Amino acid sequence: MAQDTLLEVDGLTVRFPSVHGPIEAVRDISFAMGREKIAIVGESGSGKSMTARAILDLIRPPGERIARSIRLDGTDLTRLSPRQMRQVRGGRITMVMQDPKYSLNPTMSVGAQLYENWLIHVGKPKRLSRAAGQKAVLEMLEAVQINDPPRVARSFPHELSGGMGQRVMIAMMLIPQPELMIADEPTSALDVTVQMEVLKLMDGLVARNGMGLLFISHDLPLVSRFCDRVLIMYRGRIVEECRADRLHEAQHPYTQGLLSCLPSYAQRGHPLATLSRDAGWEVAP
Amino acid sequence: MSLSSPLPPRRGLRAWLTSDTPASRFQARLGRYYATWRALSSNPLTLLGLAILLALVLVAAFAPWLAPFAPNDQDLANRLAPMGGLHPLGTDQLGRDILSRLLYGSRVTLAIIVLVAVISAPIGLAVGTIAGYFGGWVAAVLMRVTDIFMAFPRLILALAFVAVLGPGIDNAVIAIAITAWPPYARIARAETLTFRNADFVRASIVEGAGHWRILMTQIVPLCLGSMIVRVTLDMAGVILIAAGLGFLGLGAQPPTAEWGAMISTGRDYMLDQWWVAAMPGIAILLVSLAFNLLGDGLRDALDPRKRRS
Amino acid sequence: MPARFLRRLISFALTLALTLFGLLAVTFVIARVVPIDPVIALVGDKAPADVYAAARAHLGLDLPLWQQFIIYLRDVLSGNLGSSSTTGNPVLSDIAHTFPATLELATYAIIVGIGLGIPLGVAAAVWQGRWPDHLIRVVSLFGYSVPVFWLGLVALLVFYARLDWVGGPGRLDIAYDYIVEPWSGLLTVDAAAAGEWDVFWNAVSHLVLPVALLAYFSMAYIGRMTRSFMIDELGKEYITTARVKGASEARVIWRHALGNAAVPLITVVALSYAYLLEGAVLTETVFAWPGLGSYITQALFDADMAAVLGGTLVVGASFVALNIFSELVYAWLDPRARMK
Ligand SMILES: Nc1ncnc2c1ncn2[C@@H]1O[C@H](COP(=O)(O)OP(=O)(O)OP(=O)(O)O)[C@@H](O)[C@H]1O
Ligand SMILES: [Mg+2]
Repeated sequence: MAQDTLLEVDGLTVRFPSVHGPIEAVRDISFAMGREKIAIVGESGSGKSMTARAILDLIRPPGERIARSIRLDGTDLTRLSPRQMRQVRGGRITMVMQDPKYSLNPTMSVGAQLYENWLIHVGKPKRLSRAAGQKAVLEMLEAVQINDPPRVARSFPHELSGGMGQRVMIAMMLIPQPELMIADEPTSALDVTVQMEVLKLMDGLVARNGMGLLFISHDLPLVSRFCDRVLIMYRGRIVEECRADRLHEAQHPYTQGLLSCLPSYAQRGHPLATLSRDAGWEVAP
Repeated sequence: MSLSSPLPPRRGLRAWLTSDTPASRFQARLGRYYATWRALSSNPLTLLGLAILLALVLVAAFAPWLAPFAPNDQDLANRLAPMGGLHPLGTDQLGRDILSRLLYGSRVTLAIIVLVAVISAPIGLAVGTIAGYFGGWVAAVLMRVTDIFMAFPRLILALAFVAVLGPGIDNAVIAIAITAWPPYARIARAETLTFRNADFVRASIVEGAGHWRILMTQIVPLCLGSMIVRVTLDMAGVILIAAGLGFLGLGAQPPTAEWGAMISTGRDYMLDQWWVAAMPGIAILLVSLAFNLLGDGLRDALDPRKRRS
Repeated sequence: MPARFLRRLISFALTLALTLFGLLAVTFVIARVVPIDPVIALVGDKAPADVYAAARAHLGLDLPLWQQFIIYLRDVLSGNLGSSSTTGNPVLSDIAHTFPATLELATYAIIVGIGLGIPLGVAAAVWQGRWPDHLIRVVSLFGYSVPVFWLGLVALLVFYARLDWVGGPGRLDIAYDYIVEPWSGLLTVDAAAAGEWDVFWNAVSHLVLPVALLAYFSMAYIGRMTRSFMIDELGKEYITTARVKGASEARVIWRHALGNAAVPLITVVALSYAYLLEGAVLTETVFAWPGLGSYITQALFDADMAAVLGGTLVVGASFVALNIFSELVYAWLDPRARMK
């Protein structure tokens, strides 16, 4: 796997100042991934989103990102200028966010938002015509299985359903044909019925374009079906890493705890287990 | 938050006031006042505003003892005297001591502020809470009237009223109060709408309380916080409008020492005796600034969203 | 959708009609409670009773109040605001002559106010807690607290009397009066159209100070509101999306955040323009500016009620017109409002 490593994060920390001293939302984590589907799971506040944002250099001051290196195909992102980083962002790494209701610009038409991404990463660098961009936008909307792309391109985010909005978001993020897509709980704001559709769509597109996918979720069963490998985060650290289909063999007490909290048919009638925390968990195994 | 803080256990009055588990309603209320005061007093600018207003009240109360001269004493031999010496801020075109007139003028300003607040705030509160509580056509009518008054430019409307009622302080106060209540009505209505369907109001209805009782005991007290903030902030504007009316000669009539009117008389001597007009302007600026500072501070202290952060 | 849009339009039109009606009712009531007897003003206080009664009937004052109100409504709607007792002209034509002067002042002021206030507000939001933020706070605090007429006097003293950098009171130096034929009533426009550049620059030198003064107040208001709207918008998730897309920081701020902050800003700008028309009353007095404000105040002193109420009505109507305008622009800027 070593030669086709896509992303290699080494010693990443995200820190926020506070009145009680600095808070570390992510603490010295390292992991590597190829062109595969890797999941980060963990409870709320464990630092999953912050990890994703730190990779994209989107931590806003006063927060700060500290890392020995973050390598994408060998280039160290921490050494790039802001301008070069903007080329990477949206171009080589993209991110699909949780709720299309909030993550799309309410006063820009869907087409304009897709076109903007195309212009930054495709149109401008390659000096292509406006018509080419509009064509690319419609093709992309088609690719995420949207009916009547011209109509949707003209519409505004509030006119879309949640599932449609997330498709639009995915289309927007795929336009520059990135190498790595981060999806931060992309389906948790959606109806259960459309969740699977969106996931399948994403799965197919990732496979077709040969991208890597960093999938953030707190849904263990979903992740074990959908991804190749799983990273478990707890309080800003990666406490366990395992193959998704071997999740039930996980060693770390926190992971075992999480798994035992899941409702299952076998334990019907018994009260659901809850997590009793242990200070020792924070220490990496 | 306080659970994990390594502070030693608190004792005494302060601990009693900041207790998370007040034993009586009285303690809870005092505790809330204390928290507000803490939030207020942590901002030096708010304290400055408060200090200026306190000074205004004191000056108004003790003007006869503080002022070196009577406000209308003319010293014609000493007309338009420069600053310093016997007259610290100089004299006007009739040789009246400007400092003394400023000090006495604070009474007029204070009177206008208090009267406008006392007249317009209850009107706005009544209109807004009634519209918010009853809704339906009552609200439609009341808020339409409010909108119409809002549609008028305030100063012009006040001018028109003064034109009808005749110039003078009392009429200026009435005119300003008539133009000042609509924003209060809007705020009171918005606040009322947020509590109208709250459980504690429902509970009172179940207990058989009448509409007026609920309005007076439940709704009105809850609206007071935002009303106080708004009225405080508004008083800055009231001072400016009152001064504007005075400047135009429609407010206090001569020889009353009123700051706006003093600027108007000083205007003719602006070129050579600038202080005659400058000093009252600074007084207006100070008091109006004080209301703005205090209003901003109150808003921050009373807004629960901000307090938590 | 069109049905909904139509309903919205009708309800909006109804609101406007009601507001205008209310405006008229208020001016009518004011006019009737006025202690000045218009009959005596017409025939003198020594007129015999029958002459008095005839004059009273002629003015329609013997009719019931509601009939008088309907006549008043009819007159106003047909553009008859009565005649001014001081100038002897129809009030409407007086206003048509004075209003452009006010409009010129307020319009330049709002342009400057927007041009400075929005960038300053944006800078304050982007650099929260740094100097642009403190600057806008001090500027607006001072703006909310200072009496405009006093600041105008001080500015005249410093920049005109002492430094002689700008033109003094009035719209023009006397030497330039009556050179340009008024057409739009906006002196700068008329002078430029006529190619009278001397007049143009003289008019500008007279405009600078009052415009700067009024612009200061609108800048303070617009800047502060821009700041708070921008802080709201910059914290939203779609801003992160724009950054994820690799948009430049300038584009994130000016296209994405300001594009959305512009929606509520429209109302603020319209309101600020309305305040300028009103603030002009005091400013015009200070700068001897022959606009609507001076007209109303002068009429006040002459107890010329027709003129006072006509002027009040015109300013009130401009408020309503600005309301319509901001509503329309709002719908144009915000796709969500278009549908509702
Ligand atoms: N601006 C900030 N200032 C201080 N602390 C912050 C800030 N933003 C986030 N944090 C902290 O960072 C931690 C990690 O947050 P993060 O959003 O990464 O959690 P998450 O794992 O994505 O949770 P969720 O499942 O709820 O999305 C949180 O505990 C939060 O307290
Ligand atoms: Mg998250």
